[in-house]
Amino acid sequence: MAEEIKKVATRESYGKTLVRLGEKNKDLVVMDADLSGSTKTGEFKKVFPERFFNMGIAEQDMYGAAAGLALSGKVVCASTFAMFATGRAFEIIRNSIGYTKANVKICATHAGITVGEDGASHQTFEDIALMRTIPGMTVVNPSDGVSAEKLIEQVVEMYGPAYVRLGRAAVPIVYDEDEEFEIGKAKTIREGNDVTIIATGIMVAEALDAADILKDEGIEARVIDMFTIKPIDTEVIVKAAKETGAIVTAEEHSVIGGLGSAVCEVTAEECPVKVRMVGQLDTFGSSGKPEELKKEYHMTAADIVAAARNILQK
Amino acid sequence: MDQKELERIANDVRIDIIKSVHAAGSGHPGGSLSSADILTLLYFDIMNIDPEEPDMKGRDRFVLSKGHANPALYAVLAERGFFPVEELITLRKPGSRLQGHPNMKLVPGVEMSTGSLGQGLSVCVGMALAAKLDNDPGRIFTVMGDGEIQEGMIWEAAMAAVHYGLSNITAVVDWNGLQIDGSNEEVMTVAPIGKKFEGFGWNVLECDGHDMAALKEAFAAADEEKERPTVIIAKTVKGKGVSFMENQAGWHGKAPNDEQFAQAMIELGGEQ
Repeated sequence: MAEEIKKVATRESYGKTLVRLGEKNKDLVVMDADLSGSTKTGEFKKVFPERFFNMGIAEQDMYGAAAGLALSGKVVCASTFAMFATGRAFEIIRNSIGYTKANVKICATHAGITVGEDGASHQTFEDIALMRTIPGMTVVNPSDGVSAEKLIEQVVEMYGPAYVRLGRAAVPIVYDEDEEFEIGKAKTIREGNDVTIIATGIMVAEALDAADILKDEGIEARVIDMFTIKPIDTEVIVKAAKETGAIVTAEEHSVIGGLGSAVCEVTAEECPVKVRMVGQLDTFGSSGKPEELKKEYHMTAADIVAAARNILQK
Repeated sequence: MDQKELERIANDVRIDIIKSVHAAGSGHPGGSLSSADILTLLYFDIMNIDPEEPDMKGRDRFVLSKGHANPALYAVLAERGFFPVEELITLRKPGSRLQGHPNMKLVPGVEMSTGSLGQGLSVCVGMALAAKLDNDPGRIFTVMGDGEIQEGMIWEAAMAAVHYGLSNITAVVDWNGLQIDGSNEEVMTVAPIGKKFEGFGWNVLECDGHDMAALKEAFAAADEEKERPTVIIAKTVKGKGVSFMENQAGWHGKAPNDEQFAQAMIELGGEQ
């Protein structure tokens, strides 16, 4: 079964979507900081060279210039690796894009541990935390190629600053081609009333595998794809808290400030329940193959299962 | 516009700066006074703008990269008719749209929210790229501080502006030689500023930043340049126009007390 599952990296979907959107939206401008081959913005460059700007290895300037283009009526997708976009250029994104509500889409690739061999300097686990603290910033983390394409299109069509988290590694396709998505509305992709697994990004596929394993143990797990981290779907979280009484969060991001924190912010105020967080613990990553690293840093289906068992024992 | 008239307006702008900072009880008079002549010339003579239609298509745009000099920007905008001059004394007060640093969402005529140094030139690069894409005749102007160019991002933008041949950008460095902790030389040497920009490929002009005729000539020369961005290194005096503030780093970010305010008004010929 498993070997038949189609895998696509969300960055590939990004490149493809940019070309499609570039055809219908003449105001779409794409920028990169010398990583267009890796982020796949190079696909847009091939078709629309006049609307593509390589800003060199200068992320701060790229996001400042993105603000200038956006404040001149353009829709800007500006890409680099997630570490450099949200880390190095944070304050420019905050002040020149966030504060001005500029129509800039920070589409950052190579997020999380699945960067793999490049190691700790390139593996960011802080990006969601950083971006979601900026007032008015929409934060989207697609779980597969299908949702990536549809969510990127919506992000480009809506007005205002947004952060889209994309990955390097090919990940399983979770959704059918005709599945529809709405920013701010999470998807309950598996029903269950014993425990809820709220996952985001590439951890959604792991969450589905975890639910299969739990079912064999007689535990019915609800699985929610929280592809919008901000604005977060409060309703679906409260419903899950009330109906299942226990939540496991799963993200390829630090457990400090990411999805787990965002979910807890909701449950703590609206419906306190036990929560266990699966994600990068308070540590840096290291070099290795993505799948090995997911195991080493405890971000697999088995880790979600362990968290679910743990929470149900208490 | 006639030079005498420009000088008269610049003096009114200086009075406005002192009044608003005094009323606020805080703010940045030093760098506002040093850039007062440059801003007055831009808004009353150089730029194609219309206070009745702040969003006019094809207009010239100005980014105050050294956002802390906003008392000067607000004064010039008010004197030019973008909003009532009477509003200037609400600077930095709760509920006022005249925030401590410029907010484009609140004040008509403000093209970019700034305050965190080093970001304005990059924004100009984006605006200039957009203008080129759209064949928009609007030119992009900015004023940077001399201390501000210590920010590395300025030089990223300086590289990009040349790479993309953004001759529609004219930047001014308000070279008053002083920053918060002291002179540029004491804090972090920025000289030779002109040679640095030359090395990056800019068209570099230098002039007295308080001489309207010289500034006007420099902006005209910038307009003639069709391949490279232009930077005007404008030699200025921090606190210009108020004797006890001139060339004093201590007046970077401090409001005058009542006595000092009275003295400044006497010197500038303003009503108290």
